[in-house]
Amino acid sequence: MSEETYKIRIKYAKMGVLKYIGHLDLMRFFQKAVKRADFDIAYSQGYSPHQLMSFAAPLALGVTSEGEYFDAQFNSLIPSDEFVRKFNEQMVDGVYVKDVILLPEKAKKAMSIVAASDYVITFKSEDDLDFTDDNKTEKRKVSDIADKKKKILEVVPYLLEKETIEVFRKTKKNEKVEDIKKGIYKLEVRKDNIYMFLATGSEYNLKPESVLEALCNEAGVEYNKFDYHIHRIETYYKNEDNNLVSLLETGERII
Amino acid sequence: MSELALSDEILMGIEKPARYIGNEVNMVRKNPNDVDIRFCMCFPDVYEIGMSHLGIQILYDTFNRRDDVYCERVYSPWPDLDRVMRDKNIPLFSLETQSPVKDFDFLGITLQYEMCYTNILQVLDLSGIPIYAKDRTLDDPIVVGGGPCSYNPEPIADFFDVFYIGEGETRYDDVFECYKAMKDDGSSRVDILHAISKIPGMYVPSMYEVSYNEDGTLASFEPIHEDVPRTVTKEVVMDFNDVHYPEKPLVPFIQVTQDRVTLEIMRGCIRGCRFCQAGMIYRPTRQKDVNLIKDYAVKMIRSTGHEEISLSSLSSSDYECLKEFTYFLIEEMGNQHVNISLPSLRIDAFSLDVMKKVQDIKKSSLTFAPEAGTQRLRDVINKGLTEEVILNGAMQAFHGGWNKVKFYFMLGLPTETMEDAEGIPALCERVAEAYYDIPKDQRNGKISITASSSFFVPKPFTPFQWAAMLDPDTYIERAHHVKDTFRQQLNAKSLKYTYHESYVSVLEGVFARGDRKLSKVIYDAYKSGCIFDAWTDFFDNDKWMAAFEKNGIDKEFYTTRERNEDELFPWDFIDIGVTKRFLLSEWKQAKKGVVTPNCREKCSGCGAAKFGGGVCFERGK
Ligand code: SF4
Repeated sequence: MSEETYKIRIKYAKMGVLKYIGHLDLMRFFQKAVKRADFDIAYSQGYSPHQLMSFAAPLALGVTSEGEYFDAQFNSLIPSDEFVRKFNEQMVDGVYVKDVILLPEKAKKAMSIVAASDYVITFKSEDDLDFTDDNKTEKRKVSDIADKKKKILEVVPYLLEKETIEVFRKTKKNEKVEDIKKGIYKLEVRKDNIYMFLATGSEYNLKPESVLEALCNEAGVEYNKFDYHIHRIETYYKNEDNNLVSLLETGERII
Repeated sequence: MSELALSDEILMGIEKPARYIGNEVNMVRKNPNDVDIRFCMCFPDVYEIGMSHLGIQILYDTFNRRDDVYCERVYSPWPDLDRVMRDKNIPLFSLETQSPVKDFDFLGITLQYEMCYTNILQVLDLSGIPIYAKDRTLDDPIVVGGGPCSYNPEPIADFFDVFYIGEGETRYDDVFECYKAMKDDGSSRVDILHAISKIPGMYVPSMYEVSYNEDGTLASFEPIHEDVPRTVTKEVVMDFNDVHYPEKPLVPFIQVTQDRVTLEIMRGCIRGCRFCQAGMIYRPTRQKDVNLIKDYAVKMIRSTGHEEISLSSLSSSDYECLKEFTYFLIEEMGNQHVNISLPSLRIDAFSLDVMKKVQDIKKSSLTFAPEAGTQRLRDVINKGLTEEVILNGAMQAFHGGWNKVKFYFMLGLPTETMEDAEGIPALCERVAEAYYDIPKDQRNGKISITASSSFFVPKPFTPFQWAAMLDPDTYIERAHHVKDTFRQQLNAKSLKYTYHESYVSVLEGVFARGDRKLSKVIYDAYKSGCIFDAWTDFFDNDKWMAAFEKNGIDKEFYTTRERNEDELFPWDFIDIGVTKRFLLSEWKQAKKGVVTPNCREKCSGCGAAKFGGGVCFERGK
């Protein structure tokens, strides 16, 4: 293994049925894809060497995203377009690589710099919901969902006007009431969907589910996680000027 | 993207939804409307087990090479999803197109172990296919069984339309052609099955009639039509270098039991251990050309991206080009950061050298399978491993830095005495003593020896098919005694002993040599809630016992009864090449403690030479 390696950052999307693949399994999927593509990735030393690869903020099961990242160390480079093409030859339905950039030598790992993510929350349509009448789960009606949606969308513009936004949050030890307002950077209705820009990462991490819960409380409707589909749009970090910008701006495309 | 059969709400509410969505790397996509035959391949256990099975990967690949066939997969839904599907009446579906199994032309079920029998009923039931074959109509798939347990298919004969006896690569084309010609020509289901029963290797249970003697043994086993063959000869691949092998095996998302490339280097075994069914049914031993498997190894790593490759065979040490191939792998795979795992290697200078290169000595252990504690009993079972060989191998390894040893034994072998049982701790003790004879500075700390015993189950098509299985109480007593004897050894602190429970083995013993009378028991056990019997968490012995009781079936008739030499066995209609005459002479030799040489030392004329190849004809024998 050569001493000098190049750090690259890969942006990818996890869509469709891939949302049922957990974070660890997706990492294994990429490790295998890298091998199939015969990329010149760098390995650790030892009896079972592993690829030098690290993933940014993990995505919860059931959530889709078009703004996911991982970092990898390579022994040699090819142009970004080549990288993207070769990666995508190895993908399956639902997952694809969007871009590859070269990071400066001293760049920190994606995992450690993630500061925010934005999401679009759609209400599920009739097809996605399980309305089977089996006497075991509560009956749910299409009209219930439509009604909920209307009530929730009504409160979206006002939620941030409140002094505090309190929800129950489960920690490892117990449940406690927490004010999540500081984690919400933006909250608005966009084309009948909810758009939210939230704190993510080690400093403060706010899940879109918590905001949805707060919205439901405010609208006086019951929160059911199966009513929504959560989609992450992009992952951000804080640049030198303290602006939140896409992780893709941490390096340069390879020409 | 194809629609999923399960809603988001269901998928998010169950364990590991990835088991049910398909979409894996190398999954085959076809339009079901463009093919003549839809084949659903089933491994009746959970996804992670089923996806690890080589046989299915081979057939999946072979079938899908045909343009007129689309082969898809299904596995047993885990109990959490099983409940949901029953509650909501969701029919079982294939992974590829997520469409109902009932709509397929064929449902092929691989039978790898007896304890999956209730899972077969689960799959049929959830699919909406009548559980008993006699209740099926033209709207139902033809249910085909194959794999090791189909060498005595009788306990589950009532649930299957066809059993494919032997190796799957050879005859499915004939079955498909036959079916294709008849499926739309107005033939009845019975007509189609009748036609299939005439294809070599196919056993259609409904075309045979059985009768029993008063004592419960089989009196006759006759075809009901004159043109249905009286014996079914197993199918066997004789051009072993010219048979499809999956160069692009499926790569699952979730971690499965065998998360690696598996490369078959040899089929069959030359050794002839008398307890081993695989050693008989896969005769004659055939090897793959070394250049061919080198090529496969490279291609398969490239097509899967797996980080480990392992060799599959019953006894890799007997593969003649093993050295060449192993050193090739070490060289080639090392460069690609691929780990190599080599199961079933005899411990000698070569294997120790290899192990040193491919694994961390500190973590790895030596494995021996003497199966019996004394030389006398090892001669009875024809296991060629002597104490001298074990000690020599172990000493070489100890000098090389190893200090962990694993031993596999069986308890309840024919003719076994207390002395044989006590031989187990005695052998382990001697290995420990040999270790401590090495000067302190030349050995690597403390030794740790782990021994385990399983409960011997006599299998059909082995010399022990006549033997009585030990009764479970005596087995447990004997196991306790072995455990106590272990505690009395000088080096007891370095020795660890475990033994398997008896319940499951007893059931295996019943079904291994069972007959058609048992289908009711399996049916009732299933109806009372038994599924996933191979999983300790789900196995419910009481329910099984109730099912035997209800049907007035005596387990001991199948297990602890020694058979007469002239008894007609339920599986005797199958011809595996190896003759009953040979097996009987082996049974007699066993009782005398006389060993039989292996196929390469000297041919014993077992009968498998009739297939015209393999080890029987090596070096112009
Ligand atoms: S015929 Fe001889 S060489 Fe061939 S499998 Fe039988 S014993 Fe072995």
